[in-house]
Amino acid sequence: MCGQCGCVQPPTVQRLELHQGLLSRNNNQAEHNRAHFRAHGLRTLNLLSAPGSGKTTLLEQLARRWPRPPIGVIVGDLATDNDARRLQASGARAVQIRTGDLCHLDAALVDQAFAQLDCRGMDLLVIENVGNLVCPAAFDLGEERRLAVLSVTEGEDKPLKYPALFKSADAVVINKSDLADAVAFDRHTAIANLRAIAPQAELFELSARSGSGLDALIQWLDGPSS
Amino acid sequence: MHELALLQELCALASHAAAEQGASHIHRLELRVGALAGVDPQALRQAFAVVATTPPWQEAELRLEVVPTRCFCSHCVQPFQPSDVIHACPRCGALSRQVLEGRELELVALEVS
Repeated sequence: MCGQCGCVQPPTVQRLELHQGLLSRNNNQAEHNRAHFRAHGLRTLNLLSAPGSGKTTLLEQLARRWPRPPIGVIVGDLATDNDARRLQASGARAVQIRTGDLCHLDAALVDQAFAQLDCRGMDLLVIENVGNLVCPAAFDLGEERRLAVLSVTEGEDKPLKYPALFKSADAVVINKSDLADAVAFDRHTAIANLRAIAPQAELFELSARSGSGLDALIQWLDGPSS
Repeated sequence: MHELALLQELCALASHAAAEQGASHIHRLELRVGALAGVDPQALRQAFAVVATTPPWQEAELRLEVVPTRCFCSHCVQPFQPSDVIHACPRCGALSRQVLEGRELELVALEVS
């Protein structure tokens, strides 16, 4: 009603200009995380890949070889705390996030997990994301750098099929290089695809299981971040 | 895969903005979705159709603008629109490392009453 004579007026449609990012809440939390990690003197890495590409095995090796142990790991999976237990057994301080049905980690989950981590005497924090080549790419967690893993068993064209994740990576590891011959991995095509999709990314070829090739990655992690 | 979660965020932003204006009806939501935002517009529409059966959403129209990828070529010092997931400059063939547009995921405007 119009309030003056009581007549029923059609409602006036009003346009509201908002220009608000759908991920702005996550992005604000991620900025908070980044400041928090820096204040603790931590360099931070968001580790992304498909399930089964060897992220946890890579981190087990890293936990044993990092020059200033222990490393900290926040690890996300839909269910179980298997990964956290594996990582603790290799000397890392690890906190598990069980995401339930959530297909990615977000900055708020990482903030909650970080509160449970004793980061005294620690200078490297790795956030092992949920194994998924799609959704995690969109969520900033407050990390300094992103590392994507492609294992030779996944095929050479994964970077072409899932470009967003590889484009967001500061470095890419080609893992399971010890299996390359067994699965007829076409190394030159894989590297050409990665270079074309992610020209910004450093490339490392290694076997997390045997540890060969890991030193170059450790050097990169230990070096300046830009 | 996370379109439903994004839609919840969208609805939260929209209902908050509408409530601030004292509006009770949301007629239209305008969204910009970049080609590189990792979001499937069709999945987003389907998720909205699920939400849009209850007030204040049932009269609301979701308008999606897909923002194509635009890159910058540092050799030619020119922007370009890549034709592929490989961001090669159509003039010189160099790979671009700079995305100018295409990562947007933004609630642009609402129409409310």
